[in-house]
Amino acid sequence: MSVAGAGTAELTPEQLAEVRRLQGLYPDKRAALLPVLQLAQDACGYISLETEAYVARLFDLSPAHVHEVVTFYTLFFREPKGRHVISVCHNLTCHLLGAEDAIAHLKARLGVEVGGTTKDGRVTLLSVECLCACEMAPMMQVDDRYEGPLTPETIDRILEGLQ
Amino acid sequence: MRERLLTGNFHLPQSHTLRVYRETGGYAGLEKAFALPPAAITEEVKKSNLRGLGGAGFPTGIKWGFIPKGHQGPIYLVINADEGEPGTFKDRYLLEKDPHSLIEGMIISAYAIGAHVAFIYVRGEYVRPWRILRQAVEEAYAAGFLGRNILGSGFDLDVVIHRGAGAYICGEETGLISSLEGKKGWPKLKPPFPAVRGAFGAPTIVNNVETICHVPHIMRRGAEWFAGLGTNTQGGTRMYSVSGHVVRPGVYELPVSVTLRTLIYEHAGGLPNGRGLKAVVPGGSSAAILRAGEIDVTMDVDGLKNAGTMAGSAGVIVMDDTVSIPEALMVVARFYAHESCGQCTPCRESTGWIFKMAKRIVEGKGRKEDLDTILDVARRGAGTTICAFYDGAVGPYISYIEKFREEFEALIPRA
Ligand SMILES: Cc1cc2nc3c(=O)[nH]c(=O)nc-3n(C[C@H](O)[C@H](O)[C@H](O)COP(=O)(O)O)c2cc1C
Repeated sequence: MSVAGAGTAELTPEQLAEVRRLQGLYPDKRAALLPVLQLAQDACGYISLETEAYVARLFDLSPAHVHEVVTFYTLFFREPKGRHVISVCHNLTCHLLGAEDAIAHLKARLGVEVGGTTKDGRVTLLSVECLCACEMAPMMQVDDRYEGPLTPETIDRILEGLQ
Repeated sequence: MRERLLTGNFHLPQSHTLRVYRETGGYAGLEKAFALPPAAITEEVKKSNLRGLGGAGFPTGIKWGFIPKGHQGPIYLVINADEGEPGTFKDRYLLEKDPHSLIEGMIISAYAIGAHVAFIYVRGEYVRPWRILRQAVEEAYAAGFLGRNILGSGFDLDVVIHRGAGAYICGEETGLISSLEGKKGWPKLKPPFPAVRGAFGAPTIVNNVETICHVPHIMRRGAEWFAGLGTNTQGGTRMYSVSGHVVRPGVYELPVSVTLRTLIYEHAGGLPNGRGLKAVVPGGSSAAILRAGEIDVTMDVDGLKNAGTMAGSAGVIVMDDTVSIPEALMVVARFYAHESCGQCTPCRESTGWIFKMAKRIVEGKGRKEDLDTILDVARRGAGTTICAFYDGAVGPYISYIEKFREEFEALIPRA
């Protein structure tokens, strides 16, 4: 991506080589659409309509098809997100063990509603369906990591570590 | 002695490495398998009574037998590591702690069905499991367990790890195939079953991670031994994910003949804080709920089916006597409303509508007719959709209300 976070897509030659490698892994190159969208998002921070159109060209697909795919999955972001993403599980086991309290604590500490991003762009707060780590309920995903069981203290400690 | 096949190495440091896996007998099943013709392996798996552990409980060897005989052209093996059923976390443990047992199982299974490419579909949120698995696959390639002419057998297998992007429906096997093909994860009508026409139009076997992790053990120690661990209709052990109000939440590998009571009270340590048991969901959120008095059931596929619920993914969610069942239903209904893929009208409309009704009941704004409306809407839609997602939602809708109706009624204002 030329400018990180700019939302306009233009992959570097190395990234384009990776796109071709991914496309070559499957009997039909279109199967690489999810991994390539992931790559584009990692490069750019989120997937704008321009990125969708750019990726569509890489696959000889219509932008409408790519849009349909991007909007189907929860891990594709269509707007800039914070430097860190916190996704709190609100499904059954986490609910039984206090997910609502954890979410309330995070909202208060971060000063945002669920779905919002802190003004300094540090954290986006989401609540999500089961992350399949119910043994550590209540739990959340912080970027790549799973964290739990959550208490006000563990949440505060985790937040301190996020720059 | 308690047999631990799948979890036997979990306590070892570095259990995810090829070195530890080999030191504990790993890849011995593969050598045995290569000495047999492929069809003999499918026969062994049939004899073992191994049943799919992803949710549907279908006999694995029988499924493999559905690949059209004499098929020309590619055949694919797809591993379902999209673990998403609320209350379930066993596949995550297998991917992180024993990825080579999955790889060995995949090689044997691919050899049995004649596949030379296998895909592992890992849910997108599973970053750490994916990294560990990717490293294990690289190790296996470097050691000659994957790639061309594996162990001099003349058999070739390539493995591609494919990451999902967040959608529960992609755990449903035909939704998974759509997603693997680069589309939104819309399920497809069956027939044709994937074994006849699956990924990229080719015969495809989709199996759960845990199912395939059992295959090396069946090869190493024999189908009869495996069958003997279980009941007459289901062989082996399985990994129960236990969570909620228990002292020791976690994964427990036990023979499928274990009772729900033993699982909760002996293995998971019972309920904390001296609380009583109110209800249990025995097989992931799509399974019908059981009352405290209904837990003397065996945890095999048929035992739970006879008890009016299902083994599903073996995710056991325990609720103590402080839990509000209407609130639990609201949470579960929110999940199904959010995850409905929108393809079939009954599912798309009913999941949203039922969530709305459950929510207003919890908020004290329920209407007298809401409970019967939920039951009616649930029953009418069951069995009318392309995939089993909606049937899975109907399990909790009906059972929570039928078994705890007074609790719902107490929340509904009398006009
Ligand atoms: C809505 C829905 C979600 C499912 N999610 C999963 C899943 O996360 N993992 C899984 O292995 N099977 C899941 N299944 C079951 C698969 O469709 C399929 O039966 C299974 O992967 C086959 O493997 P098995 O025979 O080894 O169990 C799901 C089914 C439905 C209807």
